[in-house]
Amino acid sequence: MSTAAATHEHHGPATGIKRWLFTTNHKDIGTLYLLFSLLMFLTGGAMAMVIRAELFQPGLQLVDPHFFNQMTTVHGLIMVFGAVMPAFTGLANWMIPMMIGAPDMALPRMNNWSFWILPFAFAILLMSLFMDGGGPAFGWTFYAPLSTTYSNDNTALFVFAIHIMGASSIMGAINVIVTIVNLRAPGMKWMKLPLFVWTWLITAFLLIAVMPVLAGAVTMVLTDKYFGTDFFNAAGGGDPVMFQHIFWFFGHPEVYIMILPAFGIISTIVPTFSRKKLFGYSSMVYATASIALLSFVVWAHHMFTTGMPLAGELFFMYSTMLISVPTGVKVFNWVATMWRGSISFEAPMMFAIAFIVLFTLGGFSGLMLAITPVDFQYHDTYFVVAHFHYVLVTGAVFSIMAAAYYWLPKWTGHMYSTTLAKWHFWMSLISVNVLFFPMHFVGLAGMPRRIPDYALQFADFNAIISIGGFAFGLSQLLFVAVVFKCIKAGEKAPAKVWDGAEGLEWQVASPAPYHTFETPPEVK
Amino acid sequence: MNHMPLLRKLLLTTLAMFAFAFALVPLYDVFCDVTGLNGKPSMEQAQQSQSVDNSREVTVSFTTHAQSGAPFKVSARQQAVVVKPGEMSVVTFAAANTSDQARVMQAIPSVSPGLAAKYLHKLACFCFDQQTLQANEQQEYQLRFYVDPALPPEYEELTLSYTLFDISAKHPESLVASAR
Amino acid sequence: MKQLCSLMLLCLFVPQLAFANSKYNLRPGVTDISENVYQLHMTIFIICCVIGVIVFSVMFWALLRHRKSKGATAATFHESTKVEILWTAIPFLILIGMAVPATKTLIAMEDTSKADVTIKITGSQWKWHYEYMGHDLGFYSLLATPQGQIKNAEAKGENYLLEVDKPLVIPTGKKVRFLMTSDDVIHSWWVPDFAVKKDANPGFINEAWTKVNEAGIYRGQCAELCGQDHGFMPVVVEAKSPEEFDTWLAEQKQAMLDQADADAALLDQTLSHEELMSTGEQVYMTRCVACHQPTGLGVPGVFPAIKGSPIATGEIKDHIDIVVQGKPGTAMQAFVSQLTIKELASVVTYQRNAFGNDTGDTVQPSAIQAFIDGEEQ
Repeated sequence: MSTAAATHEHHGPATGIKRWLFTTNHKDIGTLYLLFSLLMFLTGGAMAMVIRAELFQPGLQLVDPHFFNQMTTVHGLIMVFGAVMPAFTGLANWMIPMMIGAPDMALPRMNNWSFWILPFAFAILLMSLFMDGGGPAFGWTFYAPLSTTYSNDNTALFVFAIHIMGASSIMGAINVIVTIVNLRAPGMKWMKLPLFVWTWLITAFLLIAVMPVLAGAVTMVLTDKYFGTDFFNAAGGGDPVMFQHIFWFFGHPEVYIMILPAFGIISTIVPTFSRKKLFGYSSMVYATASIALLSFVVWAHHMFTTGMPLAGELFFMYSTMLISVPTGVKVFNWVATMWRGSISFEAPMMFAIAFIVLFTLGGFSGLMLAITPVDFQYHDTYFVVAHFHYVLVTGAVFSIMAAAYYWLPKWTGHMYSTTLAKWHFWMSLISVNVLFFPMHFVGLAGMPRRIPDYALQFADFNAIISIGGFAFGLSQLLFVAVVFKCIKAGEKAPAKVWDGAEGLEWQVASPAPYHTFETPPEVK
Repeated sequence: MNHMPLLRKLLLTTLAMFAFAFALVPLYDVFCDVTGLNGKPSMEQAQQSQSVDNSREVTVSFTTHAQSGAPFKVSARQQAVVVKPGEMSVVTFAAANTSDQARVMQAIPSVSPGLAAKYLHKLACFCFDQQTLQANEQQEYQLRFYVDPALPPEYEELTLSYTLFDISAKHPESLVASAR
Repeated sequence: MKQLCSLMLLCLFVPQLAFANSKYNLRPGVTDISENVYQLHMTIFIICCVIGVIVFSVMFWALLRHRKSKGATAATFHESTKVEILWTAIPFLILIGMAVPATKTLIAMEDTSKADVTIKITGSQWKWHYEYMGHDLGFYSLLATPQGQIKNAEAKGENYLLEVDKPLVIPTGKKVRFLMTSDDVIHSWWVPDFAVKKDANPGFINEAWTKVNEAGIYRGQCAELCGQDHGFMPVVVEAKSPEEFDTWLAEQKQAMLDQADADAALLDQTLSHEELMSTGEQVYMTRCVACHQPTGLGVPGVFPAIKGSPIATGEIKDHIDIVVQGKPGTAMQAFVSQLTIKELASVVTYQRNAFGNDTGDTVQPSAIQAFIDGEEQ
């Protein structure tokens, strides 16, 4: 965003398009990531609108089932790899150097590279939708053999796109780790790190542990489909269920990649607006680490119905249930932080509170899903859809919105319209629940996911869900308005925007100068 | 600050994890062999049975399934046999190629309950190799097997299923060789 | 504590009265297992609700009372090892309480031994095949909802998308074992009223079982994304008393023999072009239409067109070949086991003359039989 005020520095940004193409500045790259993720959020959202429009009434009205499957698939891929993950990387780029008192990210040229390959990945993915045969239609989980033997020839494009996205994430993660390990200001000890930095550090380790596994999985899909290997083909001695094991070995840690930075954001915002230190800082760090470790031993809870031996089902049920302990600790800590605080309700805080309640709701349905015998009933129904949208939309996405409202004045130097922001909040809060809450009911009543048409008993709820969906989609346009109005103009923001805020980022001017902490600050 | 040492470690970790994804393939097979996770019995010839457990009987039923488009009909002469653990049994399978072209067939065995798979030992099976069947050819195959006396007592019924795949497209050389 | 317990018990039963068999909640179903699963679901649900109410009461209390606008000043405490241990330990104990009944139910579900009837279920794009093992009986079960209802041209029936041409029939009060496998991609066979959902994996078999207590018709759907028509492959199971089941089984076997006789009789007949065309249209509109489309244009890049296709306008033999044998590795199945020879002859005739193909060919059932017998070499 605008850093024109930074010209007093010894060298400012280049001008025009070159500034953005060749930038190695963490703030510019952070901005690029954030704007790109907003664009992807709207693109993926538009696909969700197509899905909800088709499901508004029983029968096939707007799209054919093949296109519907492409929509569900690409919606998932874009939201995961295009919206949530780049948004967190953008926040990391902007905030981590400022939070730890570093002048920039440790590897600035790689930073430029890791962003600029992303638009190509998504261009490839989106273009495949317009080719003969269409884009990927096998779900974002691309289970073999639907994605190998039975997919169309454009699958190579999907594989290539995923490879680029993975490379981008890995480079981003490496950069974050090197920055945090090597560039902390003097006195910034490990247990003094802001929680957002801690959660991102752990996330970055998760990323370099599992993104290569995803790359391996898509490579196997590629060679199975085009080069005659038989990794997932039973005829050649392979096993299609093995695909699911490999995929979910990536996939479950991936879920935590999308929520751990959110925990960090909430742990930053709640103390600010409670005007009280975060309760149980060290237990928060340990809880985050244990969630990350546990995420490697729970993957098969996504595949209880594939036919596992009893012992396997029991192991994965118990380990999954165990994750609710550290997650519970986090929620309790946030509540304890608010307890006897001096609470005020600015937009970031409202999103943070909504996050705590609604993410926990998603956590409860997650616990229910962990119970294997009942999971047989929930599996692959709208109950699962409700669950992961509660943790990812009212969880991850709400935390990103909270973060945006929290740091936007720092980025732009302007205060945004708080009235519009509150409208955005309330409209989002109401519509998101109209959208996702009834999904629990249709799921329990027996509606499978990923179907373009449904039996009549699900019709009422689906109509309500679709209305909620359209309302939620429209509400996000308000967010776009708030952001762009704030970039252009607004009341001048002080260095310390929020009176209860703590951390190095509030010691620099708003907007943050193009270069900050070129001489490291002393942390006491 | 020199970032290279840490950067090198992280890049190596990334490469190692990429390799690990492929290592998961053999690891998965080993894991399945040990635990019977996917119900896939060994595709290699087993040792002779050492002893017979006369105290109990196990029912082994057979079923076959030709994958869509695979022009094979294979059926066991007996739908099920009752055996004593350790006792050798022979079951004859009648196989036919129903198409008017030579085809290569691969049979893939699968056992249910999956955990019992490692207790089913086959000494001869048409699934060990690809089978080339000439146009409309009929064949008989012998399955020689025994159930391990170590089979836990809770398994009284086993099902051995064969899925028949047409792998002619991948193995044209078998067709050429058999035509000579 | 006592009050809390009785409250929880009350909650356990009240929702059951209000929600059981409604469209808001899981179904208790018609088997002992499904009933157990339902109870387990309600128990966990209630526990989650209670925890949620407690935690968020505390939070909302803080939000109400400890507001800056009410003049609240912030306390300074920010850690307490005692409290931390407490709220790690208590959830752990609750989890153990949940795990015990869950484990019991799971063990019961996985015990597939000593079944009275064994049925092999094969999923394929997009239909189910049922085979009664040891009875020499098997048939396909397809969606019976007409295309007109799906395309909104007709009013939708009561069991829209949950009806099939031929349901699976099983006896009540007997242990029925299901062996699942698949012809192509992964499918998942699900009947909510039995609490049975199991994936059908190509090349592998899976097991599940049920013992239905009440006679009736139970409906479910494929639960694993299996391609274009994943939403259009329902499961319908009819549970009959053992006596009625035996009668039904005998009838089916007789019907199969009759069909064989009818096929044999057809071999000597020459059917009229018109008859073949009208039967062919019916078959096309139920079996072929999902991929090749009512227009015969297919879906470019995914499913080939019939209109003007080199196969449907070329050699009759090649056309029969692909319909009878299918094309391995694609969604084009071998219809030889799914259709009668009359239906096969009709649909080939139809495809060669509809959509402007106008070859003028008439394919007789005898030609199909000849092909199957491999005489046409």
